[in-house]
Amino acid sequence: MPGKIRDVILESGIAVKPVYGPEDVNGAELSPEIGKPGEFPFTRGIHPLMYRARPWTMRQYAGFGTPLETNERFKFLIANGQNALNVAFDLPTQMGLDSDDPLAEGEVGRVGMAVDTLADMDVAFDGIPIDQISVSLTINAVAAPIMAMYFVVAEKHGVPLAEVRGTAQNDILKEYIGRGAWIFPVEHGIRLIGDTIEFCARHAPKYYPVSVCGYHIRESGANPVQEIAYAYCIARAYLREGLQRGLHVDEFAERLSFNFDIFGNLFEQVAKFRAARRLWAKLLRDEFGAQKPGSMQLKMIAGGGGGGLTIEQPENNIVRGAYYALISALSGAQTMALCSYDEAYTIPTEKAALISLRTMQILVEEMGLCDTVDPLGGSYYVESLTNEMEQRIVAEMNRVDREMGGIVRAVSEGAVQREVAHQALKYERGLQNGTIPKVGVNRYRMDASQRPIREAGARQAETRDVELHQYQPQQAEESMRRTHEVRANRDRQAVAGALEKVHEAAANNQNVMPAMMEAVRAYATLGEITQTLKQVFGEFREPVRL
Amino acid sequence: MKPIRVLIAKPGLDGHDRGAKVVALALRDAGFEVIYTGLHQTIAQIVEAALQEDVDVIGLSILSGAHLPLTAKLMEQMREAGIEDKLVLVGGNIPKRDIAPLKSLGAHGVFPTGSEFDQIAAFIRESIGALETAG
Repeated sequence: MPGKIRDVILESGIAVKPVYGPEDVNGAELSPEIGKPGEFPFTRGIHPLMYRARPWTMRQYAGFGTPLETNERFKFLIANGQNALNVAFDLPTQMGLDSDDPLAEGEVGRVGMAVDTLADMDVAFDGIPIDQISVSLTINAVAAPIMAMYFVVAEKHGVPLAEVRGTAQNDILKEYIGRGAWIFPVEHGIRLIGDTIEFCARHAPKYYPVSVCGYHIRESGANPVQEIAYAYCIARAYLREGLQRGLHVDEFAERLSFNFDIFGNLFEQVAKFRAARRLWAKLLRDEFGAQKPGSMQLKMIAGGGGGGLTIEQPENNIVRGAYYALISALSGAQTMALCSYDEAYTIPTEKAALISLRTMQILVEEMGLCDTVDPLGGSYYVESLTNEMEQRIVAEMNRVDREMGGIVRAVSEGAVQREVAHQALKYERGLQNGTIPKVGVNRYRMDASQRPIREAGARQAETRDVELHQYQPQQAEESMRRTHEVRANRDRQAVAGALEKVHEAAANNQNVMPAMMEAVRAYATLGEITQTLKQVFGEFREPVRL
Repeated sequence: MKPIRVLIAKPGLDGHDRGAKVVALALRDAGFEVIYTGLHQTIAQIVEAALQEDVDVIGLSILSGAHLPLTAKLMEQMREAGIEDKLVLVGGNIPKRDIAPLKSLGAHGVFPTGSEFDQIAAFIRESIGALETAG
C-alpha cells in the first residue's frame, strides 16, 4: 500500500475521502456481506484504496496483418498512454495453422496478427519494454506453444521466467460455448490448461496463465447471471485440474483472472460485478479451503462488449462505449478494454482505437472516477440488486451441476451451448419486436433520407458511414515468405527432435511446457506443434444441437 | 407443399456462431426444415452437405471479414457439383460496400448483422417460388 495518497477537493470545496462507510450515512448498520474494500468478501473491491492508489490498467485489444504492422499499432497505443497490451491473433494462428496452410487461405492477418514461429513473436515485441508493459495474449487452444514463445521472447528481453508478468487468455472451455476457436477434445483441452497452470505455479509465479471468460459466453447470448455462473463453473474445473497436479489452492488460485462483459443496464452490471466478487471469495474460502486473501480476490478485466454496439448509427457506439467504461470503473475492474465504435463492421481503425483509449483517460482524468472506492456501495438499490444477482448466479451454477451433469459434460454434450443459443434467440426477438429497446435499431431509427448528407457521392459511401480498417492481402504473402525463410534456415534435426519430445510428453501425460519451450526455440512452427498434438489428442467433434 | 430445406453453414475458421444458430432456430420456428453444419467447415464439406441433405437454400454465416473469398469459392464448387440452382444467402459482419460484389459473385441475398428474421424468411419464400416458376 502506498504511504501518501493525493488529496481530492471538489469544486464546491468538499474533500473526498477514499472510502465512505456507514458512519457517513448516519451510522446505518454495515452488513458483513458488504464489508470493507480489501477485506473478505471483497464486495466493494479487492484493494483497500482501489483507484485512489492506482487507476485501472488500459488494455485495448490490438493486432492485425503481420507482426510488423501489429508492432507499429502497439507502439502507437503505448505512445498515447496505454499501459498494457492485449494481443489479437488471426484465426489461422488461433486454430494452430501456419500461414501457408490451405485452410488458412483468406484469413491470414485478417482479425489479428499472424504468428507461425518465434521469429514472428520477436518482431511483434521488438522495442516494447515488456518488463514494464504487461502483455495479455488472446489465445486459447494453442495457448501452450504461444505462451512458450512469449516466455522465450521475454528471456531475450532480459526478463527471466521467474519474473515474467502478463496474462494468457487460455480458457478453452468457453471456446466450446462461444467464440469457437477449439481444436482438441474437451478433456485434452483442459489437460493443456492444467499443464500451463502447473508450469507457471512452479516456474513463472508472476504470470497469470488463465483468464476465465464470461465475456464471450455473454457475447454468444447468455444473460448476465449465466455469464458469471458458467464462467465460475469453468473456473472451478480449472481449480480442480490444478489440485489434481498436487498444487495447493493457494499456490495458484491467485493467478487465475477473469474477463467479463459490459453492456445492458448500468446498475445490473455494477451489481453483477459486486456479487461476483463476493461469491468468488466465498467459493474459494468455503469450497476450496483457500487461506490467502489473494486466492479469494476476483481480478478482472471488464470491458465494453461488442454485443451492445449497433451497426446502425455507428457514432452512437462511441457514447455507449463511454457508458460501458463508466460501468467498469464503478464496478472496480482491475483492467479495462473497450470495443471500438466500428466493432460491428470490422477490427478497429487507429482512430477508433484511440477514441476508446481517450474515453478511459477522460474518466480517469476528468470525471473523478478514481477518487473514492466503490462509490455506489451502500446505495439501497445497488446493494439489493447485488444480493439478488448473487442468489441467481448460485442457482444457475447449481443447475449446471444438477441438471447438466457438471460443466465438462454440459460442454461436451452441447447442453450449455444450447442454453446460450436459445437465450440469444430470445434476446434477438426482443430487439426485433421492440420489447428490448435499442436506440437506432428499434427506437429513433433513421432511413437514408433522414441521415445528414455529408458530401457529394454519399449515396455510394458506407450507408452507416464509418471509415473501415482495410485488409491487406499482400501481408498474408509476407507472412508466408517469412515462414518459408525460417523453415529453410533452421536446424532440421533439432526441430524433429523437439517435436518428438512434445509428442512424448503429450502421450505420456507429462507436462508439455518444457518440450514446448524447446520446440519454439528450435523454430518449430505453430502448425507443426499443433499437428503433433493432434496426433496424440485427436480433434473435438462439435455436438450440433439446436 | 413440402417444407423448404435450409442449410445454415459456418465456412472457414471463424467461430462466431451466435448469428448462425439464432437464424437457424428462427427459420425452424418459421416452418423451414433447417440443418446446421456446426463450425469450421470447408466449402467442400458444405457443398457435400447440401447434396446429401438435398437442401433448397444454402446460408453462409461469416463474421471474420472473409466473406468475399469464401462466397467465390462456394459458387465455384457449387457449379462443379452441379447444384448452382440452389438459393445462396450470405449473412454476418458485412459492410454495405461488399453487398454488390457478393451479389455479382452469385449470392441471391445478403443479410448483414441485425437483419430481421421475417425479412430473411420472406426473401427465401419469394425467391424459391420464383426459382420454381422459372425452372
